[in-house]
Amino acid sequence: MSILIDERTTFIVQGITGREAVNLTRECLDYGKGAKIVGGVTPGRLGRDVHGVPVFDTVAQAVAHHGAAIDGSVVTVPPAFTKDAVFEALENGVKLVVIVTERIPRGDVAQMVELAGDRGARIIGPNCLGIIVPDVIKMGGIGGPAKDAAKSYSSGPVGVISRSGGMTTEMSSTLTAAGLGQSTAVSIGGDAIIGSSYAELLPLFEADSQTEAIVIYTEPGGRMEAELARYVLDSGSRLPIVAFMAGRFMDEMPGMSFGHAGTIVEGKEDTASEKIARLAEAGIVVAEEISQIPELVRGRIATTV
Amino acid sequence: MRFFEYESRAIVAKAGIPVTRHGFATTVAEVSELAEQIAGPVVIKSQVLSGGRMKAGGVQFADTPAEAAGHAEQVLKLEIGGQMPRGVLVDSRAAVRHEYYAGVVWDGIRKLPVMLFSDMGGIDIEEVAEQQPEHVARAHFSTLRPFSEWQAKQVIASLGISGTVLGRLTPILTRLARLFLAYDMTLAEINPLGELEDGSVVALDAHMDMENEARPRQRELLQELGVGDEETRQAREPTPFELAGEEVDAQDHRGVAGNVTEFDGNLGLVIGAGGGSLTLFDAVRAHGGNPANYCEIGGNPSVRKACGLAKLVLGKPGVDKIAVMMSIVSNTRVDIVARGVIKACLELGLDPAEKIAIFRIPGAWEEEGFKILERYGVEYADRSVSLHEAARRAVEKIQGGELAGAR
Repeated sequence: MSILIDERTTFIVQGITGREAVNLTRECLDYGKGAKIVGGVTPGRLGRDVHGVPVFDTVAQAVAHHGAAIDGSVVTVPPAFTKDAVFEALENGVKLVVIVTERIPRGDVAQMVELAGDRGARIIGPNCLGIIVPDVIKMGGIGGPAKDAAKSYSSGPVGVISRSGGMTTEMSSTLTAAGLGQSTAVSIGGDAIIGSSYAELLPLFEADSQTEAIVIYTEPGGRMEAELARYVLDSGSRLPIVAFMAGRFMDEMPGMSFGHAGTIVEGKEDTASEKIARLAEAGIVVAEEISQIPELVRGRIATTV
Repeated sequence: MRFFEYESRAIVAKAGIPVTRHGFATTVAEVSELAEQIAGPVVIKSQVLSGGRMKAGGVQFADTPAEAAGHAEQVLKLEIGGQMPRGVLVDSRAAVRHEYYAGVVWDGIRKLPVMLFSDMGGIDIEEVAEQQPEHVARAHFSTLRPFSEWQAKQVIASLGISGTVLGRLTPILTRLARLFLAYDMTLAEINPLGELEDGSVVALDAHMDMENEARPRQRELLQELGVGDEETRQAREPTPFELAGEEVDAQDHRGVAGNVTEFDGNLGLVIGAGGGSLTLFDAVRAHGGNPANYCEIGGNPSVRKACGLAKLVLGKPGVDKIAVMMSIVSNTRVDIVARGVIKACLELGLDPAEKIAIFRIPGAWEEEGFKILERYGVEYADRSVSLHEAARRAVEKIQGGELAGAR
């Protein structure tokens, strides 16, 4: 099984005629069982096609052409137009929006997330690479071209959640090399406000019978790790969690942002050392190096069985 | 990006929030003039972006224009937190009956803005929240529906505040909430918000932070305030080395090869992507290495950009070798980065095999990339070598070299 998407998931790509979006479309069509990309949207480009995917001016046209509700959308339009594109998807019944675009101001992200809540929809990102269910489907640029993604990802018991798109692949590749596949890997985005946090995705993994452990990649900045620790303590999650914390050096440099917009340390709860302490309190083990993760996962899967 | 207090006050005033009579001055003569105009006791406040002004002696009180000029002379020369002041704020000293706190920040967990209000103003709000939480009221509000006055009234009244002052505080907090969203702030704070002897309520100090990502669409406000595009307003000013990094990245719009931060070590880093750079920088330090810089490659940059970045790092005084390392790439091409860094060595008349301590970038187009590296005898590693192991090898090489040199 998987979370968020499976082989039946239909989606569109908004901004499909952009250079990156064209590549992303090819990759998703080629990967696993082949993504069901039922349309693309770029205003003014009605009637074209991208790798055989029909292009529309509006999301409504894509829905009408498909003849049924569309499950998801990958949004790759420039930051100034992202909010409008996401609103358009949500108001046309799309329930899962993956926002690839980076450099979107928080005010816009908050509005998108709020509207998604009102419409019973979920947002992944912004500033993310999307979702992959190994050997089945990928939604977004995660893992790159199909043949590269196949090298890094394999099917198995580990759920992966990461604030860094590239590190989602690095960690999954390390797990794969050690014989530990992934149930679903989600690149959740590196911004200060994102649609879905660790704590919000964990219940989905808990409900997935294939998933036996969780691996997360974390960074300084924000309170998402504290939220996860609190969730684990309060709910008593069945899933062991192994975390990796990058950017420890940033603790010496408050007020500076490295790597992702969300990493800026604004308060004492935001630092790497504080987060490591919080995670440890909740029984979440923090690996010193990526290469230690497989062994830590294996040990914890063994103890829960 | 942070605003100076005099800019924050201008923003607050523009939103219709009353402020005390004040002016901004960069010379002692201007301070005297402003103090004459105010014609009463004044406060001279250093205009720096760092905190701790009061403790550092950057805030002085004066009863006469002559006294104000005397203080200004000192304050204008006083460095605070490594920064020279941009000038001083000359503020009229109001007779304050009570100090409140009003602020708006983002809550990244609820994904909504939250209004904070306290009847204990003038001190650090985090301290009040920790020690006397019953004196802090808060309320989240929607970003989709317009902010309505009752929301501010409810927050204020929840601390037991009633009477005339409730009616005066309400529009101020309402305007603060609206300006927070309208100007893409990440922090909008009035502390203290003073109730004066005459019953009026005015902002005595203000602190505004704007989201960097919103600068393009807030150009009008920034122009009005005289904030130039070149002012980064980071926690510290960029160094010439960092500015040169920005120039490399601005050469073309393909991908990223920049976000350079200067450190003082001997191992130059050409690393990426976002999360990979954070991991690798930690890894180099964990193995006892001294990075000369932090940087980020990503999004498939051109050969020219990768070359420019490598040249910049190689040319930094004190750099012996560079390590070229990234987490597995899916969009950036291994062969393009390989060509860029080898070209950089050759153009500087250096031997790539000697200067590149290690090249560890697995992923898209790796076969092509590794072939190029082999031709020049550069040590490289694929995904079977972890990020930490690659960092360890780079550190070992550079420190081994140092020891050999010392012998």
